[in-house]
Amino acid sequence: MIRFLVRRLLNYVILCFLAVLFTYVLASLTFNPINLLKSHKPPPPAQVIADKIHDLHLDQPIPQRFGTWFWAVLHGNFGDTVYGNAITPDVWERAGVSFRLFLLGTIFAVVLGVLVGVSGAVRQYRFSDYFFTFGSYILIAMPVFVLGTLLKYGATQLNFLTGSDFLQFTGETTPGFTGSFGVELWDRFRHIILPTIAIGLGGAAYYSRYQRNSMLDVLGSDFLRTAAAKGLRRRRVLYRHGLRVALIPMAALFTYGFATMIVGGPFTERIFGWYGMGDWLVTGIQTEDTNLTVTVTLFVAVCVLVSGLLADLAYAALDPRIRI
Amino acid sequence: MSIMLDEDAAARPPTDDRGPAAPRGSSRGSLVWRRLRRNKLAVLGAVIIALLFVAAFTYGWYWPWTYTQSDPTSFLSPPGPDHLFGTDNAGFDMYAQTMRGLQKSLIIGLLVAVLSTAMSAVVGSIAGYFRGWADWLVSAVVDLLLTLPAFLILAVLSPAFRGQTWLLFVLLIAAFNWMITARIVRGMTLTLKEQEFVRAARLMGVPSWRVITRHIFPQMSSLLIVDATVNVGGAILTETSLSYFGFGIQPPDISLGTLIADNTASALTFPWLFFIPAGFLVVTVLAVNLVGDGLRDAFDPNSTRGVRRAERRELRAERRAARAEGRAA
Amino acid sequence: MTDAMTGAPLLTVDNLEVSFPSEAGRVRAVRGVSWRLDQGEVLGIVGESGSGKSVSSLAIMGLLPDRARVSGSIRLLGRELIGLSDKEFATIRGSRVAMVFQDPMSALTPVYPVGDQIAEALRAHDRGRSGSSARNRAVELLDLVGIPNAANAARAFPHEFSGGMRQRVVIAIAIAGDPDLIIADEPTTALDVTVQAQVLDVLATAREVTGAGIVLITHDLGVVAGFADRLMVMYAGRAVETGAVHEVYARPRMPYTLGLLGSVPRLDDDRHRPLVPIAGRPPSLVDLPGGCPFAPRCPLAIEDCRTSEPPLLTVGENRAAACIRADEVAAAQAGAEDVATLAGRIYAAETPSERVAPEVKPRAERDIVLDVRGLAKYFPITKGVFRRQVGEVRAVDGVDLDIVTGETLGLVGESGCGKTTTLLQILELATPEQGSIRLFGEDVAELDRAGRKRLRRNIQVVFQDPIASLDPRMPISDIIAEPLRLHDLPAQRVRARVTELLELVGMSPEHAVRYPSEFSGGQRQRVGIARALALEPKFVVLDEPVSALDVSVQAGVLNLLADLRERLGLSYLFVSHDLSVIRHVADRIAVMYLGRIVEIGAAEELLTAAAHPYTQALLSAVPIPDPVAERARDRIVLVGDRPDPARPPSGCRFRTRCFTYAALTEADRQRCADVVPELREQGQDHRVACHYPKVRAAI
Repeated sequence: MIRFLVRRLLNYVILCFLAVLFTYVLASLTFNPINLLKSHKPPPPAQVIADKIHDLHLDQPIPQRFGTWFWAVLHGNFGDTVYGNAITPDVWERAGVSFRLFLLGTIFAVVLGVLVGVSGAVRQYRFSDYFFTFGSYILIAMPVFVLGTLLKYGATQLNFLTGSDFLQFTGETTPGFTGSFGVELWDRFRHIILPTIAIGLGGAAYYSRYQRNSMLDVLGSDFLRTAAAKGLRRRRVLYRHGLRVALIPMAALFTYGFATMIVGGPFTERIFGWYGMGDWLVTGIQTEDTNLTVTVTLFVAVCVLVSGLLADLAYAALDPRIRI
Repeated sequence: MSIMLDEDAAARPPTDDRGPAAPRGSSRGSLVWRRLRRNKLAVLGAVIIALLFVAAFTYGWYWPWTYTQSDPTSFLSPPGPDHLFGTDNAGFDMYAQTMRGLQKSLIIGLLVAVLSTAMSAVVGSIAGYFRGWADWLVSAVVDLLLTLPAFLILAVLSPAFRGQTWLLFVLLIAAFNWMITARIVRGMTLTLKEQEFVRAARLMGVPSWRVITRHIFPQMSSLLIVDATVNVGGAILTETSLSYFGFGIQPPDISLGTLIADNTASALTFPWLFFIPAGFLVVTVLAVNLVGDGLRDAFDPNSTRGVRRAERRELRAERRAARAEGRAA
Repeated sequence: MTDAMTGAPLLTVDNLEVSFPSEAGRVRAVRGVSWRLDQGEVLGIVGESGSGKSVSSLAIMGLLPDRARVSGSIRLLGRELIGLSDKEFATIRGSRVAMVFQDPMSALTPVYPVGDQIAEALRAHDRGRSGSSARNRAVELLDLVGIPNAANAARAFPHEFSGGMRQRVVIAIAIAGDPDLIIADEPTTALDVTVQAQVLDVLATAREVTGAGIVLITHDLGVVAGFADRLMVMYAGRAVETGAVHEVYARPRMPYTLGLLGSVPRLDDDRHRPLVPIAGRPPSLVDLPGGCPFAPRCPLAIEDCRTSEPPLLTVGENRAAACIRADEVAAAQAGAEDVATLAGRIYAAETPSERVAPEVKPRAERDIVLDVRGLAKYFPITKGVFRRQVGEVRAVDGVDLDIVTGETLGLVGESGCGKTTTLLQILELATPEQGSIRLFGEDVAELDRAGRKRLRRNIQVVFQDPIASLDPRMPISDIIAEPLRLHDLPAQRVRARVTELLELVGMSPEHAVRYPSEFSGGQRQRVGIARALALEPKFVVLDEPVSALDVSVQAGVLNLLADLRERLGLSYLFVSHDLSVIRHVADRIAVMYLGRIVEIGAAEELLTAAAHPYTQALLSAVPIPDPVAERARDRIVLVGDRPDPARPPSGCRFRTRCFTYAALTEADRQRCADVVPELREQGQDHRVACHYPKVRAAI
């Protein structure tokens, strides 16, 4: 078991490194931050441009640049932005923002997805199944920036109708708002509802389709018949034997789903004004900033690594066949 | 379940072991077509797609405004008789803009779907059939893509295709869209390779390329058709997502993505500017996915959907008969 | 055998009807079946696929899917079961009625230890029972069904057990609630024949322990002959003949039963008896034409048979048959022939004397077609990303075979013995890892591309699964033409040849444009044979060619193969797990166990004077479809399962299950453990790989 996990961990670490290397090389090849400088009006003098090129190490070959950067990363230094600001101090703060946003969204997505999927399979071809199926199709067809904007629009209407400002959709907290711990927590809660729904609904729609299929596969299996033949009630047969087995493939899906959800990050963060990693990625690419972009990539890769390991653990816990 | 098997065996039409076989009418193609037609949602999806296509590509013939024409008399006017979908802050007609954007998004969706599905089929079957380096490559690339979302790579690449033709953009989306399907194709090829009819062909001495094209591809046609359909939706979403941050289609080209991106800021104040193109996007992708789902169901030999429908029809008929009897008595 | 007639019936089924909706219309799977089962009695229900036998048993358990419509009456100890709610049914399942299913590999929930699954069954009806008491009882039950080291086994998961062991666990679950009735639905179909014998023993134990009545559903007439008291034959959703097992086997009254009995190959009969093929196949249950459903296939059918469906009529004491010609069948049998001969006469099967006897040269003077020496094939077991090799499976480990012109060699063995690997090694025409393969005198290792292509023309294969072996997306004309096109025959010649081949295998050339899915299993297998014969090969490898077919269809295919061999002078390598079939087709037989040939020789010699303990066990385990003969047999039941081929026992691979080994002294055993036995002469064309061979009659 331990050996299995260590092997998986090693596998993931190699993948992380490759992902970072690949993105670094790609970004270095396509990004040209000097263009931004040149487009200033009036254009800066040639010496300023030359200095900038030197500062950004653009005069060095890419492998050397990567080596320098990566070595620094290993020592906890992520380098500077194209504007010369240090990246490192902001990393933890931004990671924290993203983490808070996604943890809740992911839990919401998984729980809702499993519930809806199972109910769809058990009540196949009934009204509720059609309803949830169609609903999840709409959600799958709806990119997160449309859903987020729709939620925002709905929230303003709702707030307007109820004459309150319960639903907040900008930032993590109300700026300048202080109070006791409980009051601050409540303030945070009001801010996190909409982004969590935006992230969670899309994820839940996606999970529910798979959970439904996996449950349907299990519903036709022989061992459920054996369980029923023992004299177990339908409910126990369905949940203790059926769902328990139908959850196994979901563990593997979790890693894929998480990566998909991360992609939703930049949109959700921008729409709801959370300044996390996703927002940073967009800034990084817009300013053609290699260090910044690759730092975010590293974060994404580490997130996928952790979720992958969690999925492996869940998989091993759920399925005795892979305990080695 | 064994009862299913029994039932299938029993449902087969009677034929003599040596004598004439079943009537011709139930060939696979016609069965799939019949099932598809019976799936109301899929039919609805297909009709919507057809309508969208016609509306988008012929709007120049029936619509008074073009997407380059601005109406100096109306800025930011809400939907109304002059401008069905309203106008934006520069007085451009939103219907013309949306149709123009839809054109591009549909074309991108189609091209990407065809390209990436073809690529998945070729790479996946080679990997599964020959194993070796191709196999290693597919697994490695899929694993890498797992840690590195395609969206991120395409965004990083965006400075490279800025100012280039949008066809390059299409190629790039396709280039990062084939892996997951390729892995499925690879898995299917591995299974098919062990199937007796493929084995029979190999042992007969049929060359590998011919085994793949004549025996393996036809078995996967249903998967590939479904996949290509679903990919149309996926590609449109990728395009709009990238365009949302300005990493995709660049002005002066218009796609649904650029329209949505340009009008996000106005979503709360002039909702029609945002929600009309967004609505078209959602409806397009939804329709495509409904067709894809319907096709998957129609191809699936174990699907019981049709049976359920038949059963419900039968129940209704019985109830009617019972009522009629009741009245008669 | 039972005091059946005394007590009240355990189960009465009255006019049971079950139907399902389907794409084509409503399938009437069971159409008015009535029967009863007395306390402690064993009823065998026999029928081919689609006869409704499994569906009726699921109706008793209340386990039919919601969309099935059930009517009629099922009374268990006087209590009506039809119309019970799921909750009410749950109290009956497990405690009154229990069930053993066909496929043990998927019958247990993969995520719970088997002990817990048995304990769950115990606690389902005995809420008061504590967890630990249930677990202790589960261990006792595991012990009862013959699982070694039960206390540890209870903590193991299903995937750690073999199929036979899992079926024992399923039986343990079934007897946990001390039921009055056990329904066993094809309980041994998925198992090897030696394991089948073990599981039937366990089922007999279960019956003794619980005193339950048993309904045994099977397609295997041999299993019923040995196990059941009474027999019900089903056809097209109805019972067509019932009666005491001895009576029905000895004096069938329904032509269908007669045909079935004539179509089964038997281990103990004259191998030249032609098998009786029943033409056609069962009718569709969607819209049955009026009249007897068997009439279109029945040699005795008259006009009246087609007008109305005959009810089940009493034809003797406690006997019934649904046939208006039952008296004619009885009269025909007055001549005191045995049933198989009678079936052959009534069904007008071709007798061997009508066939052209081939000129027989002594074996030594004929050309050698296939000569395999020391063939071995190991599969590496790899682990991890870097494909590190951690072991190997010795699928084939030193096989010697030879076949001469016009001869059929039957290669027999249970699953995992390496017979399929052996055959694929031969067919690949590639240089083997170890040993040599010579075909028509040429060593395949020395072949170049052209030589290989030339040789391929002469060696062809027919596969087991008639569904999987034909490309479903090609019309059968293309399927048959594929080898012809490969060898660049002109298009016109190809078309003519396809017609010729279809006629050769007894199919109509008009069928050429149709797709495989439009044909029945037997017809598809004929197409497979036509494809194999397209290039006029001299040698055909048959990989379980009839094991996926119903017996009545199987007989037709076997007869066709025999006929083709004589007409075209073919040689066959016939691979099968079924010794009864092998006996009917083979001139010589080779028995394989764990990658090695343990015994090889002329068929008659090997069957009557088997010298290897494994061959004896195998022969003994094959049930004979004759209650008198079957019950008189002295059965050898092997202990345990086949060992893991990745870790075969040292020396003789069979010794872990060998009864001869078990009876040896410690000193003699050493030889079995140390020395791998080689094939040694045992008589005229008979070689055995055993250190202590002893001839023993096993049939």
